[in-house]
Amino acid sequence: MTSQPKKWSAAAMFAVAALATKTACAQTGGDTDYRWLTFTVFAVIIVITMVVTYLAAKRVRSASDFYTAGGGVSGFQNGWAIAGDYLSAASFLGIAGLIALYGYDGFMYSVGFLVAYITVLLLIAEPCRNIGKYTLADILAYRNDPKKTRVVGALSVIAVSTFYLTAQMVGGGVLVKTLIGINYETSVACVGVLMLSYVLFGGMVATTWVQIIKAVLLVCASLLIVALVWAPYGFSLPAFLQDIVLDPRVQSRVASLLGDPAKNMTALELGQRFLEPGLYFKAPIDQISLGLALIFGTAGLPHILMRFFTVRTALQARRSVVWAMAIIGGFYLLTLFLGFGAAHDVGPANIAAVDAGGNMAAPLLAQFIGGGANSLFGNFMLAFVSAVAFATIVAVVAGLVLASASAIAHDLYVGVVRAGKPVTSQGQVRAARIATLIVGALSIAIGIGAKGQNVAVLVGLAFAVAASANFPCVLLTLYWKRCNTGGIVAGMLVGTVAAVGLTLVSPNLTYPKAVKAAAHKVLDAETTKRSAAAEALASADPGVVAKGKKDLAALDKAVAKAKADIDKWGDATTSFMGLEEPLIQMKNPGIFSIPLGFLAVLIGSLLFRDRRAEELWNEVYVRQNTGLLVSKSTAH
Amino acid sequence: MTIPVTVDWAAIIEDPRFKRLHSRKTRFLWGMMAVSVVYFLLLPIGAAYFQDVFKIKVWGVVNVGLLFALSEFVVTLGIAILYSRKASSDFDVVAAEICADFAKLVATPTGERRADRGVGV
Repeated sequence: MTSQPKKWSAAAMFAVAALATKTACAQTGGDTDYRWLTFTVFAVIIVITMVVTYLAAKRVRSASDFYTAGGGVSGFQNGWAIAGDYLSAASFLGIAGLIALYGYDGFMYSVGFLVAYITVLLLIAEPCRNIGKYTLADILAYRNDPKKTRVVGALSVIAVSTFYLTAQMVGGGVLVKTLIGINYETSVACVGVLMLSYVLFGGMVATTWVQIIKAVLLVCASLLIVALVWAPYGFSLPAFLQDIVLDPRVQSRVASLLGDPAKNMTALELGQRFLEPGLYFKAPIDQISLGLALIFGTAGLPHILMRFFTVRTALQARRSVVWAMAIIGGFYLLTLFLGFGAAHDVGPANIAAVDAGGNMAAPLLAQFIGGGANSLFGNFMLAFVSAVAFATIVAVVAGLVLASASAIAHDLYVGVVRAGKPVTSQGQVRAARIATLIVGALSIAIGIGAKGQNVAVLVGLAFAVAASANFPCVLLTLYWKRCNTGGIVAGMLVGTVAAVGLTLVSPNLTYPKAVKAAAHKVLDAETTKRSAAAEALASADPGVVAKGKKDLAALDKAVAKAKADIDKWGDATTSFMGLEEPLIQMKNPGIFSIPLGFLAVLIGSLLFRDRRAEELWNEVYVRQNTGLLVSKSTAH
Repeated sequence: MTIPVTVDWAAIIEDPRFKRLHSRKTRFLWGMMAVSVVYFLLLPIGAAYFQDVFKIKVWGVVNVGLLFALSEFVVTLGIAILYSRKASSDFDVVAAEICADFAKLVATPTGERRADRGVGV
């Protein structure tokens, strides 16, 4: 049994590496001269993680090994692993990009991701360690009807993980495609197969190490870039930011974001505006709603909760969170320099030209400070940051797949389908591996199927469901005596339906009528703009001519897009939900759906009294506070 | 399968040490929670409704808004360290005392039983 997975894992991994190298070598164009460098760096990182998985596969014997690395992870290690699990490509590349394109508001975004861990630290981590075993539903099933709560708990875990996973797979596919130039489907398949081999053969042991390696690489890469960016200013914050304010490219970016109001502003005022709020976030309530989903949703993310079962005691769980907070907080501070540094060195317009969302800000900055596109070190830095981004996606996806697989195998199969018929430890591991294979294959299929879709909304949705369904249920079963099965079932259903439902009628979806109206507006203005550009081209001033050419190119692009939009939507007038326009103007449902989730748990618990749940309260409450018996229940 | 042993959970709940631990912990945790949520929300509120304050330059080009955002990191990590110290020097000690007293009464580990019950008995 043990030798077979080993052989498979080795074979599968080499196949992935070979596939990645072969497809990529077949590509030409671009900086082909340095392509070998990119592959060397990717190969080195992949080989390191393979070796770790190979070693880990030997240690995975029981269900506890597979789901929780046998509980043998230290608080310090787990802190790094949590950071590795949490710092997704969206936060690494996305936030650096937002800061590079929108300045202050991008940085504000990152604060919520750190504050979220206060909720985890104070209310969730230690009780979960003391009460749970492998999954989120273990906590719910402790004093409630095990079958019912496992079913709703597992479904919610699968929903949250699927939303998050789809966003990661699509984002990962696009990223790998942009970074190393292989096609989208191959990129998704590479991410999927690599992740699958870690989880399938190495379970939580390999996943933990892959996450630790990725977090260390990410922090090292960021520190190196920030040191190089900041050193010329003698590590002075005002001096560094002064240079951002004085940068003409930053100033023109602000002018284009502000539009008409910018006309009366001096260059200096425009630059300073980059350090002030309001360039990205326009609706304060929506932003608060997003903030609430972040700070309560993190505590309900199943792949993060699962990490607390890998340590032995509440003390270690607490240490994990404090370490994770130090690493995550430190990293987000670095994004300030990554983002502003990219705005200054690469220029917002150049970043947006490669990727409108700004995702390439950090890699491009790395290339620039290494010496630029034609230097060996510049390309090494680009390759290194790209490989780190790739490792980031694979590590996050591995954590998500493990969380969904445990919900299917441990909660649904062992806990519900085989309820009352004990499954052997080997049988449990087999079930976990089969579930992993299914989830992994599905995630690749979904990733390829969702090609070209706007999946940014899905990350927000994952946090919203976690905050509105998982968080109220976990919190109240731990802290409220009267909480019971009725409350958990109601809370999970209402929280999930509210978050998903509100998102479906929000402006996040595409409304063909509005898209077509905007497209027609572009086409209507085409003639006027074209004649203005023609006038500019005829000018004697080379500056005006250059601007005219640029305007003309932009106009051509906009017109082509408008025509494509009109063709694409044809006669359609309503969104996917059959609405002509959004029912609510909020993009983030949290501010409504979180209270609704809590209310549902309260009402559900009061409507359906459950004596057993209340009788077990003493036990739950003592155990979550003291950790009594915990070391015995995890030692197998 | 190990022989189930009952722990008198109600007795622990009634133990004055546990009661004191519970009330101090509750006050501390929820108090800190409230402080951090309120402090966190001040950032978007300030950025939206008090832009004039956020724009005031205090350290070269560095304005109040930037310093406030940076202070979120300090406050958040500060609360984490404060809690961590309080927990290991205080809460953990009391919990360990209670555990030691009651663990004497527990002859056989009930962990396996506990693990099985979740799987439906």
